[in-house]
Amino acid sequence: MFSFVTLPSIIAKYGIFNSSFAESPPKNTELHCTVYTPSGNQGLVYFYTYLKDLLSGTGFLEMTSLFYGYYTIDAAWFSILRYNLPLAYLLATFAYLALSLLWIIKRSVEGFKQNLVHHEDQFQSYCNKVFAGWDFCITDPNAARLKHRSLQYELQTDLEEERLKRKIADRTMKEKLRIYSLRIFINIIVIAVLSGCFYSIYRATVFSQENSNKDVGNKNFQANLFVQYLPSVVITLANFIAPQIFSFLITFEDYSPAFEIRLTLMRCVFVRLANIGVLLFSLWSQISHCTTDKCKACGYNYELYPCWESEVGREMYKLMIFDFIIILAVTLFVDFPRKLLVTHCSCKPVQWCGLQEFGISDNVLEIIYGQTICWIGTFFSPLLPAIATIKYFIIFYIKKISLIHTRKPAARPIRASSSNFFFLVVLLIGLVLAFVPLGISIAHIPSSKACGPFRSFNTSWAVVPATVLGFPTGLQQVLHAIASEAFAVPFFMVICLIMVYLIALAGAHKRVVEQLREQLALESRDKLFLIRKITEAQRCP
Amino acid sequence: MGGSASLLPREALGEYQELTFLSKQEILLAYKRFSELLPKEERENACSVRVPKSQILKLPELRANPFQHRICHVFSTSDNGDDSMSFEDFLDMLSVFSDSAILEVKSHYAFRIFDFDDDGILDRKDLEKLVNCLTGQGEDSQLSNAEMEQLIQNILEESDIDKDGTINLSEFQLVVSRSPDFASSFKIVL
Repeated sequence: MFSFVTLPSIIAKYGIFNSSFAESPPKNTELHCTVYTPSGNQGLVYFYTYLKDLLSGTGFLEMTSLFYGYYTIDAAWFSILRYNLPLAYLLATFAYLALSLLWIIKRSVEGFKQNLVHHEDQFQSYCNKVFAGWDFCITDPNAARLKHRSLQYELQTDLEEERLKRKIADRTMKEKLRIYSLRIFINIIVIAVLSGCFYSIYRATVFSQENSNKDVGNKNFQANLFVQYLPSVVITLANFIAPQIFSFLITFEDYSPAFEIRLTLMRCVFVRLANIGVLLFSLWSQISHCTTDKCKACGYNYELYPCWESEVGREMYKLMIFDFIIILAVTLFVDFPRKLLVTHCSCKPVQWCGLQEFGISDNVLEIIYGQTICWIGTFFSPLLPAIATIKYFIIFYIKKISLIHTRKPAARPIRASSSNFFFLVVLLIGLVLAFVPLGISIAHIPSSKACGPFRSFNTSWAVVPATVLGFPTGLQQVLHAIASEAFAVPFFMVICLIMVYLIALAGAHKRVVEQLREQLALESRDKLFLIRKITEAQRCP
Repeated sequence: MGGSASLLPREALGEYQELTFLSKQEILLAYKRFSELLPKEERENACSVRVPKSQILKLPELRANPFQHRICHVFSTSDNGDDSMSFEDFLDMLSVFSDSAILEVKSHYAFRIFDFDDDGILDRKDLEKLVNCLTGQGEDSQLSNAEMEQLIQNILEESDIDKDGTINLSEFQLVVSRSPDFASSFKIVL
């Protein structure tokens, strides 16, 4: 992203390498749409204004290359070559997302294969765990303690799952009815909780947008900052409270332990990702809220948002910074004092609280949440991936230190291989979810006429058809043919045929596996028969 | 390495190599570690001295092992039942636990190690002690009575072929031969 978009802009603007640039002319638009005066700092400003701007992405940051508004160049000339910046901007975003998609799919396919193999009911699983469970190579007492605990947990979970399976099989009709109606009721509660979260986020965003756009005369620095950060605060609160509620509710639903963990995880993931979605939705409803005719001519609310992409980018930037601050704050102000308290104060309630456990799923969800923000925000704020990289780098080392010193290992050791695949699937869901807002903003909402590389186009996507028109006619005809129905329909049918073939192949393989398993069972029965015959023969000499 | 080689006679080295599954380097390393367990005066004739059990249990490879006492008991050839080990006992143990030992030998000795009352079969009490060794010492790390019953029931279902409520050597060897993790976990490398 950086190399294709930011670097050429910087080079062109500063005239290095004999380059020059042409600003995109705003054509065919009303004059009032193009008025955009970023409220840069004029005159003497207090120091804390810089801090406020750094934290909320306004002021001096607004016109830097951090946000979309900086890239007003239409084409840059490097000696002879003409570099089409709008096209590069769009294509770089697509390429970045496509690369992420390919990489995640590759990793999850590997995990999927492993998962499938391990998921099959193991033959003699108990004997294997008991007779071959202890690894005789362990030399460290701490490792031995962990191994003891994981063996105990594995045996207990397996026994519990077996008991649950028997219980489910023994359930009477009345009990089944009761359980299912209880589950439906609890799901309704879950949906109610979710709607509560969404509504509060919507209100918070609307409130924050309305109140932070008024001309604030540096009066109340903290209040203004708080209003700016209100959506982030509400989202973080929701992300914290909702999982607690979910893990409390699921104890009533009477599922097997493994399924409980997964369902809670899925619900938490949904909460986190949907929160971002609601934030974006509320932003858009504000941006496209048009009452006057002048506004309708521009297509978006030009008074409040002359440069709406920068505004969206700013929200993403604030979310990311706030996430980072929260992680730092929790580590510094909660974990370390807790550790100090537990080691130095030996009163009963403190010892009972104990150290925080290291929850793998919680931490992974945090990372996925941050990454989804990064993906969504890249189009609106091209330097966001760089910020995200630095942020994760710092967070990794902070978490590492905090883990070693202040946390104790989880009482329930999690099975690494199967969870790996699950987390990759969730990451994939996050990426797909990131496509949706981007697609809508690129193709549906008209781009700002006052800033950005897409000033001369109706929507951001329009630059692609415009470029295609500039290709030689032969190539144009080929591209048109590919996009036409005469090509698309047969292509679609071929893909369907291939899919049907693969599904049939998978079904056939499954049947072969079942047959082989039956054969194995028959073999062991033959062996048992023979051994019994031998023992009988041995008994009667 | 050169110093300890001169203490171990070459014919003995060759003999040990033929009788065990260990390579020459492994035998020499074992000799070195064994003589380190002895006080300085006795290191000259390490081959004929017996090391008391408390010293053997100080080895890092056995220190964290829940079956340490059973291992010493099974491999010790001491007459007075104090489970002390000579150098040949020590080599025997390392040979069984080495990478190149065959599965039959390993499963034979595993059966003897798991047989806590030395009666030649694994009955319910042996299995109970085995599971308690696996889950660790301490009140809260042991399975409850009901869980233990269920677990032993499952184990016997899977491995007891003649349905007599106990596992004999051939049943044990059959079960272990089908277990994918046994060969890699039943291994000690110095």
